[in-house]
Amino acid sequence: MSEFFEQTIQPHFNFWIYVILMMLGLWAVIAKKNMIKKLIGLSIFQTAIILFYVSIGVKEDATIPILDHHGPEHHEVVHENGEHIEDAETSAHPEEVHEKKGDHSHGDDHGHDDHATDPDTMANPLPHVLMLTAIVVGVATLGVALAICQMLFKEFGTLEEDEILAELKDSASDD
Amino acid sequence: MIDQLPAIMVLAPMFGALMIGLFGQKDHRVCFPIVFTSLIISLGAAIGCANLVTKDGTIDYFMAGWEEPLGIGIQLRIDHLNALVIVLIGVATTLVSFFSIRRVGALDTEKTPHFYILYLLLCTGLYGITITADAFNLFVLVEITSLTSYGLIAMGSSRRGTHAAINYVLMGTIGASFYLLGVGYLYLKTGTLNMHDIQAILQANEEVRNSNAVIIAFLFILMGIWIKMAFFPLHGWLPNAYSYCPSSTACLLAPLMTKISVYVMIRVMISIFGLEWIFIHLGWSHLVVILAVIAIVAGSVLALAQREIKKMLCYLIVAEVGYMVGGAWLSDSNMWGLSGAMYHVLSDALMTLCLFFVAGIWSKCIDAKEIDDLEGVFKKMPITSACFILGALAMIGVPPTSGFFSKFYLIRGGIEGGHWEYVAALLFSSLVNAVLFFRIFEIAFFGKNPPEGHGHDEEHHDDHEDLHPVLEHEVSWRVTIPLIVTAVLIVLLGLFNGPVVEFIREAFPPTSEIVSARP
Amino acid sequence: MLTKVIAFIAVAITGSLLLYGVADFPSFGDPNSPANAGVEGGAPSISQYFITESYKDTKVPNLVTSVLADYRGYDTMFETVVVFAGGMAIFAILRVLRSKEEPPKPQSRAETFVHGDHNRIIVGTTCKLVIPVIQLFALYVIAHGHHSPGGGFQGGVLIGASFILLALAADLKTALSRLNEPNYIRLACIGILIYAGFGVLCQILGGNFLDYGVLQPVLFTDGPEMARSHSMLGVEIGVALTVSTIMFAIYANLASRGTLNEGL
Repeated sequence: MSEFFEQTIQPHFNFWIYVILMMLGLWAVIAKKNMIKKLIGLSIFQTAIILFYVSIGVKEDATIPILDHHGPEHHEVVHENGEHIEDAETSAHPEEVHEKKGDHSHGDDHGHDDHATDPDTMANPLPHVLMLTAIVVGVATLGVALAICQMLFKEFGTLEEDEILAELKDSASDD
Repeated sequence: MIDQLPAIMVLAPMFGALMIGLFGQKDHRVCFPIVFTSLIISLGAAIGCANLVTKDGTIDYFMAGWEEPLGIGIQLRIDHLNALVIVLIGVATTLVSFFSIRRVGALDTEKTPHFYILYLLLCTGLYGITITADAFNLFVLVEITSLTSYGLIAMGSSRRGTHAAINYVLMGTIGASFYLLGVGYLYLKTGTLNMHDIQAILQANEEVRNSNAVIIAFLFILMGIWIKMAFFPLHGWLPNAYSYCPSSTACLLAPLMTKISVYVMIRVMISIFGLEWIFIHLGWSHLVVILAVIAIVAGSVLALAQREIKKMLCYLIVAEVGYMVGGAWLSDSNMWGLSGAMYHVLSDALMTLCLFFVAGIWSKCIDAKEIDDLEGVFKKMPITSACFILGALAMIGVPPTSGFFSKFYLIRGGIEGGHWEYVAALLFSSLVNAVLFFRIFEIAFFGKNPPEGHGHDEEHHDDHEDLHPVLEHEVSWRVTIPLIVTAVLIVLLGLFNGPVVEFIREAFPPTSEIVSARP
Repeated sequence: MLTKVIAFIAVAITGSLLLYGVADFPSFGDPNSPANAGVEGGAPSISQYFITESYKDTKVPNLVTSVLADYRGYDTMFETVVVFAGGMAIFAILRVLRSKEEPPKPQSRAETFVHGDHNRIIVGTTCKLVIPVIQLFALYVIAHGHHSPGGGFQGGVLIGASFILLALAADLKTALSRLNEPNYIRLACIGILIYAGFGVLCQILGGNFLDYGVLQPVLFTDGPEMARSHSMLGVEIGVALTVSTIMFAIYANLASRGTLNEGL
C-alpha cells in the first residue's frame, strides 16, 4: 500500500486530487435533484479543471512568472545616475545594473534579458493565462445558469428537478 | 486588405453587436441594418477566403503577427476542409437574419437589440470555431457560441423551454469542460496548443504518441464534442432545447451548431491526431461506427414517434449526426466516408435550415405545431409547402437534391470500408424519413387525417377559420425569399456535388489513386 | 436511487479513465516536463520562449500579462466577449421590461443613508469610506498589471464589486443612479471596442490584428516593444470597463429578478 502511495500517488498528487474533486462535481451534477446543487457541482467540476491546468505549470523551486528588474533595481539606476531616468526602461541601462550586481552576468549579447534565461526558476506562465480565460468562462456560465434557475423558479415555484418533471408531465397530460 | 480577410470575417459580426449595443438600445430600427451589413461583410470575406483557397491553397493568418516559433501566438487557418463551411455559415446566418426580422417582434419588442447582439456574437463564435488552428482558442469560441445559444434558447421560451435550457447549460458545460480537459492532457504531453504543432509532435515522437494520456485526451475531446453535437446516447438536451425555443433561434441553431461540432470533430481527427493514428493505432473505427448505427436507428425511430413537427425534425437531426459521425469514422483507407461526411455537413445544414424555416412559418402563421394541424396546408401556402417538399425529398435522399448525393458518398464509403451495418442503417433511415414525410404530405395534401388523430386539433381549427388575411400578412417576401434561396441552394449543391466533393477531398492526406476514381 | 447508481457508474468510469491517463504524466513539479520544457526532439518549448524572450519582445516584466494581452491577445479579446455575451444572455433571459415604471430617480446618497433606515448609518458610512478606496485600488491593479499580479479582469471585478457593495449597502436604485442600464451596456460595448479598436488600428497600419508593434508611430514610443507594452495597458483598460460593468449588470439582474427595482 505504501509502495503504491509512493510510486503512483505521490508524484501525481495534485492530479489525483483534481480527479477526485472533479468527480465530486460530476456526481453532484448527475445525482442531485436540486438545480442549485447541480450548479454547485458544475462549479466544482470547472474549478477542478483549473487546478489541473495550474498543476501542469508548476516547477519545483520556481517562483511566480514575473521578472523583478523593474522594482528595486530601477531605483538603483535613478540613484546612481539620475540623468537616465527616462530611458532607463528601454535603453541598455538596466543591463549595466545587472552586471554591476553580478547576479546574472553571462557575457551574452543581450545582457539584461539574461535575467530570465533560466526558465527553471519561473513557473510556466501559459497555464495561468489559459485558466484566467477558463475562470471568466466559468463565471459567465454560472451567471447564465443562475438566471435560468430564477426563471425556472418563477415558472414552477420549485427548483427540485423531480417536481419540475412531474409538473411538466401533468401539464402535458392536460393538453 | 486581402490578407486580412480571415480576421475581418470573424470580427465583423462582433463589431455589429457592439454597434447595436451602442446605438440600438434607443432606436430599434437601426438594429436590422447593422445586423445585415455586418453579416454581409462576413459573408463577402468568407467567399473571398474560399476563393483564395481555391486559387492558392491554404491561408494562414497569425494573430498579432506571432509566427515563429509556431504556437506562441494564435494561428488561424483556412484550407479546403473549412473554406466551404465558412461560406455555409455566412449564407445560413444571413438568410436567418432575414427570417428573424419579423419573428423577433413576437418575443418581447424591447429585447430586439439584445436578441441581435446575441445573434451576432453567435455568428462570430461560429466563424471563429471554424477557422481557428489553436486548440484552446477553439474552447473559448465554443463557449461564446454556447453562452449565446443558452441566452437565445431561454429568452422568451415556454416553461418547457426553460427546463430544456437548464439541461442544455449543464450538458453543454460538461461537454466543453471535457474538451478542455482533453486539451489539457495534450498540452501536458506535447507542450503546445497549436493543432498542427501538436500533430507534428505526435508524429515525430513515438513515446508521446503511444502514451495513455494522449489516448485519454482524444477520448475526452471526442466525448466533449459528441455532447455538443448530440450524438445519440448524449443527445438528451437537444430535442427539447431546439423545439421549445423561438423559431428564429431554432433556425439558426439547429442547422449550424451540430454541423459545426461535426466539423470540429473532423478537424480534430485530421489536424490534431491524424487519421493514421486514429484508425490504425487505436482501431476504434468499428466501435464508433456501431455507435453511429445505433444513433441513426434510434434517431429515426424516435422521430417516427413524435407528433410535433419541430420535435420530429430534432430527432432527425440526431439521426443525421449519426450519419456524419459514422461517415467520418468509416475507414482511413478510403476517403469517401470522410469527404461524404463533410459534404453531408453542408447539405444537411441546408436541408435542416429549409425544414426549420417551414416549421417556423407554419407554427407562426397557422399555429401548426403538430403534424395533424397541417391539414390542407398545401393549398393555403403553396410556396412554403413546395419548399418543404423539396427539403423533405432531400432528407429522404431523392435526386437531384444534395441529400441524395451525400447519402450516395456515405454509402459508397460504407461499402468500400466494409461497414455493411452502416449502409443498412442509412437505408433504413431513408426509409423512415420517407414514411415520416409522406405521412405529412398525405395529411397536408388530402386533408382529413387518419381517425386516430388526436383530439385537440379541432379546437385549433375553430380559432383559425379565417386564415387568409393572416397568411397574406405574414408570409412576406422577407420570409419567403430566404426559404426559396435555401431550397435553390439544396438543388444547386446537389447538382454541383462533383466539384464540391473534389474540393473537399483536397483537404485530406493525398491518396491519389482514390481521387482519380471519382464517378 | 436509479439516478444515483447511474451517476456512480458514470463517475467511476470517468474518474478511472482520467486516472489511467494520469499514470503517464510526468511527476508533479517536474521542470523538465513536456509542458514546461518542450518535448524531446520537438520544437523549442513555448513556455521557455515566453520566459526567456517575452521581455525582449514586449518589455513587460509580468509574463502572464504579456502572454495574456499580446501573444494570446485574440483569446483574451474573446474572453471579454464571453463576459459580454454572458451579461447580454442574462439580460435577455431575466429582464422584465413590461412594467413601464419610472426610471429610478437619482437619489442623493446622504438622503438614503442618513434619513433612511437607521440601521444603515453604520453600513452607509463604512461604504462611503471603503468604496473610493476599493475603486482606487482597482485602478492601481489595472495600471500595475504590467509589473505585478493584476490587470484588466482583476481590476474590473474590483470596480464591479464596489458598485455591488453600494447596491448592497444602500439599495439597487442608488447604485443604478450612478450607472444606469443603457449606460452600462454602452460602457461594456465601449470596453470591447477599445480592445478590438487597438486590433483594427494595427490592421490599418499594416500589421495583423492585434499586432501592437506597428502602433509605434501612433503611440510615439521608442520602439515596437514599448508600443506593445503601452497597447497592452490600453487593452487592459478596455477589458476592465467591460468586466466591471457586466459584473454589476449580472448582480443587478440576478438580485432583482430582472426588474431592477428592488435589490437584495
